[in-house]
Amino acid sequence: MELLAFACAILVVMPLLLVFYHVLREGLSSVNLAFFTQVPAAVGEKGGGMANALVGTVVLIGQAALVGVPIGVLGGIYLSEYGGTKFNWWIRFAADILNGVPSITWGVVVYGLMVVPMHGSSALAGGVVLGLMMIPLVMRTTEEVLQLVPGGYREASLALGISKWRTIVQIVVRTALKGIVTGVLLATARIAGETAPLLFTAFGNLGWAHGLKEPIAAVPLVIYNYAMSPYPDWHRQAWAGALVLLLLVLFINIGVRFLTRDRFQQKI
Amino acid sequence: MENSFEAGLDELKQKLLTMASHAETAVNRAVEALVQRDNALAQRVKDEDRVIDHFEVEIDDLVIQLLTKAPLATNLRLVTVAMKISQDLERIGDEASKIAKRARDLSLEPPIKLNLDLPRIAGLALDMLKKALDAFVNRDSAAARAIIPRDKEVDALNKQIHNILAQHMVENPGAIGRCLHWMVASKSLERIADHATNVAEDVVYLCEAQDIRHTGVKSGAAIG
Amino acid sequence: MATANTPENAALTVRNLSIYFGGNHVLKNVSLDVAAKAVTAIIGPSGCGKSTFLRALNRMHELVPEARMTGDIRLFGDDIYARGIEPVAVRRRVGMVFQKSNPFPTMSIAENVTVGLRLNGAREKKFLVARTEESLRMAALWEEVKDRLHAPAISLSGGQQQRLCIARALAVQPEVLLMDEPASALDPLATSKIEDLVRELKRNYTIVIVTHNMQQAARISDFTAFFYLGELVEFGPTPKIFTNPSQKRTEDYVTGRFG
Repeated sequence: MELLAFACAILVVMPLLLVFYHVLREGLSSVNLAFFTQVPAAVGEKGGGMANALVGTVVLIGQAALVGVPIGVLGGIYLSEYGGTKFNWWIRFAADILNGVPSITWGVVVYGLMVVPMHGSSALAGGVVLGLMMIPLVMRTTEEVLQLVPGGYREASLALGISKWRTIVQIVVRTALKGIVTGVLLATARIAGETAPLLFTAFGNLGWAHGLKEPIAAVPLVIYNYAMSPYPDWHRQAWAGALVLLLLVLFINIGVRFLTRDRFQQKI
Repeated sequence: MENSFEAGLDELKQKLLTMASHAETAVNRAVEALVQRDNALAQRVKDEDRVIDHFEVEIDDLVIQLLTKAPLATNLRLVTVAMKISQDLERIGDEASKIAKRARDLSLEPPIKLNLDLPRIAGLALDMLKKALDAFVNRDSAAARAIIPRDKEVDALNKQIHNILAQHMVENPGAIGRCLHWMVASKSLERIADHATNVAEDVVYLCEAQDIRHTGVKSGAAIG
Repeated sequence: MATANTPENAALTVRNLSIYFGGNHVLKNVSLDVAAKAVTAIIGPSGCGKSTFLRALNRMHELVPEARMTGDIRLFGDDIYARGIEPVAVRRRVGMVFQKSNPFPTMSIAENVTVGLRLNGAREKKFLVARTEESLRMAALWEEVKDRLHAPAISLSGGQQQRLCIARALAVQPEVLLMDEPASALDPLATSKIEDLVRELKRNYTIVIVTHNMQQAARISDFTAFFYLGELVEFGPTPKIFTNPSQKRTEDYVTGRFG
């Protein structure tokens, strides 16, 4: 039985290792200074890089976080600490449904809500769609993590004459912080690689966007376009992009784990 | 947990009653040895006093064990009262031994020419003891209170015998030694009645949680 | 209806207290006086309402949804349920220590002690440091932790954690300290330290302690209240309750015939 479980554990890790290996092999050679500093060359020409896409991805994730994190975390706090049982049940139900909505649908919705009235694609729309996708995920993980904080801490805090809000922020959230950050991270990692919604919103840009109201490049979009193209040079750059994306997600993970490490060594 | 405590309480009561019956027998035999001038019987009483002493030790041990279970309220009073009753019973046994000793001494000398009704005092004292123990078993506070004034009767009888003997000693100086033995024996019986009274007071405490000892009211009537 | 011996130095006067959780009538018309600077024990079988009663004294029962109360509770004369009185204000005057010790895991020992002060606005460092030492001394913990005040609170043993929680409660200088079975999760040595502590504390604080351990109540309390099925059955000086209770139900409970 143990052997079987062990084998399954290996099976889980295998795809990750395979992906890493493949992407590394194909993309490593193409990751050079030009890749990071130059914008795409003219169609058909060799050379150029993904500087604009990289910046674009960062901008989009940043906007998404600005939208998704506060609303998601505060929503999660509300679900966990306040609210009536009936009302909360409906909110959770809605959030769970939204978590299952295909990302392309999100793209279409924001297309209708923002791109059409604004008469064009924009970085803003891209950020908004990614942010909206983050919200239900962050909200649910935040709520679950807060629920794991034992009620005893809330009681002890309230019994000291600390107000409910302060109790939640300074005691409960503080205790659950690692979990909340993990939830945010999960959501960020998910949206970092989203391509479909961006098709309708950010749209992509061969150069730099000069403001959020303009379309903006993003790494997944570029990978999509390059991979579908007939140019081998673009193919190789697509691999590089994939590698960079993978490394980005990896570093986000490592970075957050470092920041939320146990400063206190547990003595047993 | 409670079952073993209840069982312990039952054992305690049993031991007390058995000890009481031994004490009662000892008194009866001692008085008989005295009246019948039976040295062998007197010796037997003295020898068997250690049985009564042993009971006191056993009961004390049992009480300590029960106290580790931290009994409260009635159970607490029951256990502590049982300990005190066993002490009174042990003293009664000792008094019986004293009577037996005097019986032995008297049996070695010619009898005095007096008719002293020590068996009557013994009867009264033992009846008081029996009623006190019944009251203990039945938790009958009223019955226990009823015993207390009877001590006066025993005291009066003892004083009477004392006076008779004192008179006799004046008239027959040669009998002084023997009269003194008789006085001591009578006094022992009076003390036995005192111990029975103590038991009755302890039973009142057990039932009412009221301590009526040393109140100076020898009527046993309820106060307040 | 039961009153303590000296109503004029009652810290808390409870009159006709009834508590309902939704349709459940959990406490029925309870009245008693909690004597100041003394220990009052609350005993009774599980589910008799003793914890609910305790929590009513610092309005913690209001955390239960659909909680409703009728009656009057006064803390040194002040109606703690009056309109406009915030529960938070009551809880600063009436502190509470719980059955399971719960020092905040993200904070050090010193931070735990002062959390009640800091989260209510206290900033001055000197004041906090002094109050930390004072509270830890009062909780008989100072000597054991004075050299590691910045160690995590959860690195302490169970008994130490509970004393830390007591220090934390004392730091805000309440007038009354409520204790809900504070030693029931502790080993005998730690329990006896807590009991010694309670005896010490009553010199300066009014203490109300819920306990299911009657011997503990007999050991440390001055007054005892016996609750059964939401009613206050008997209330009086501890020696009387445990040697000669007036009510048969009290006698039965105390001698272990039920509960």
